Amino acid sequence: MQQFANPTRFLKLANAVLPYVWAITALLFACGLYGALVSSPADYQQGETARIMYVHVPAAWMGLLVYCVMAGFSAVAIIFRHPLADAAAKTAAPIGAVFCFLALVTGSIWGKPMWGTWWVWDARLTSMFVLMLLYLGYIAVWRSIEEPTRAAAIARIVAIVGVINVPIVKFSVDWWNTLHQPTSVFKLGGPSISFSMLWPLLVMGLAYTFLYLGLQLISMRSEIATRKLRQARLIEIGKR
Amino acid sequence: MLQSALALINRDMAVARAQGGGLGAALGFILAVMVLVPLALGPDQMLLQRLAPGMMWLALLLSVLLTADRMFAQDFEDGSLDIMTMAKIPFELVTLTKALAHWLTVSLPLAIITPPLGLLLSIEANQLPILFVSMITGSLALSLLASIGGAVTAGMRRGGLLVSLLILPLYVPVLIFGVSATGVNIGPASAAPALIVLCALTLVSLVVAPWASAAALKAYLR
Repeated sequence: MQQFANPTRFLKLANAVLPYVWAITALLFACGLYGALVSSPADYQQGETARIMYVHVPAAWMGLLVYCVMAGFSAVAIIFRHPLADAAAKTAAPIGAVFCFLALVTGSIWGKPMWGTWWVWDARLTSMFVLMLLYLGYIAVWRSIEEPTRAAAIARIVAIVGVINVPIVKFSVDWWNTLHQPTSVFKLGGPSISFSMLWPLLVMGLAYTFLYLGLQLISMRSEIATRKLRQARLIEIGKR
Repeated sequence: MLQSALALINRDMAVARAQGGGLGAALGFILAVMVLVPLALGPDQMLLQRLAPGMMWLALLLSVLLTADRMFAQDFEDGSLDIMTMAKIPFELVTLTKALAHWLTVSLPLAIITPPLGLLLSIEANQLPILFVSMITGSLALSLLASIGGAVTAGMRRGGLLVSLLILPLYVPVLIFGVSATGVNIGPASAAPALIVLCALTLVSLVVAPWASAAALKAYLR
């Protein structure tokens, strides 16, 4: 891992890997969307509407996964002082926030015909909403502190406190919700989903993961470029 | 070590006494909520009684939130925090004393004043003891978590807005279990476990908050 501390070496690797990542992403999306829209049967209760699941569920998975990745990079930055870990955490945040937002919006669109309402204060929805707030807070910290090393040091703390908070919020909204409105809880029970619907879902999950990987590499590339630009500008000012 | 910590708490309380302001503004906020809620929702006794614990907790939580961004900002601006980093005691202990001083000067008085004010929202007098217990326990967690937000935004010029965005997710569990512990909405059976979880949350924030706020402040003070 330490050998990628050198940004140039990292860029070389990223540039080499990216075309393959995009090819795999495209292949997986083609495969997954075919399975989702064509080959899988419509749900016997929800009809064609249930197909939004293949967009919605992976987005929610990614929203959670990317937050964990972000906190992981923050921990790596604290423990190993890896120079690229902060950049990775910083660039992961907006991507994760978009996945989270996508999950909320598609869930809302799915909820309207199924539950008859755009929003329910269901435990899952609430914890997803709180996760979105955590992302926004993290991004806002980066935005509002000008000095990059200082912003990085503080953003690490925010990410790690957030990741401690996520399971606690999950637990408490479950408690709160089951006591208040246990009937509207929507669940995909493990055995209740048939294989013909499960495989497109899993393929779509993989497709999202590779999409994230590609986006992460690209935005880290531009983050490194931004850093170089900033340094060049500072040197220019210093010369004057 | 204990002596220095106590001295720091004493200093903070003296500063808070001399300046006033923080507690007064927060108290005014709580009073405003207590008066405005019945005006907004109508004078229906049953409705108010059902909403009262939630409203009181909300008022307490938001008024603590109001004071969070000033917790470290002043000591950061006048350089006191710089000197405190050079003290013999670990900086985590300094941030802990700051949070405790905030609890003693703002959150604890508010937690003691709020339940009697709930009588305005027509709660029963026999609900007061459990409200006291849940609010006093929870207010310590509120102060500790507020210290994280205050530390993260200490060096920002406009930290006030960001503080609420950062702390809000941290306050969600405290609010849920604080209200549940009063047992008014969900029945007394689940009140006791909720109170225990509230204690657990307070203890967890006692561990995490001093570390997190010390680390954030160090980034500013470097």
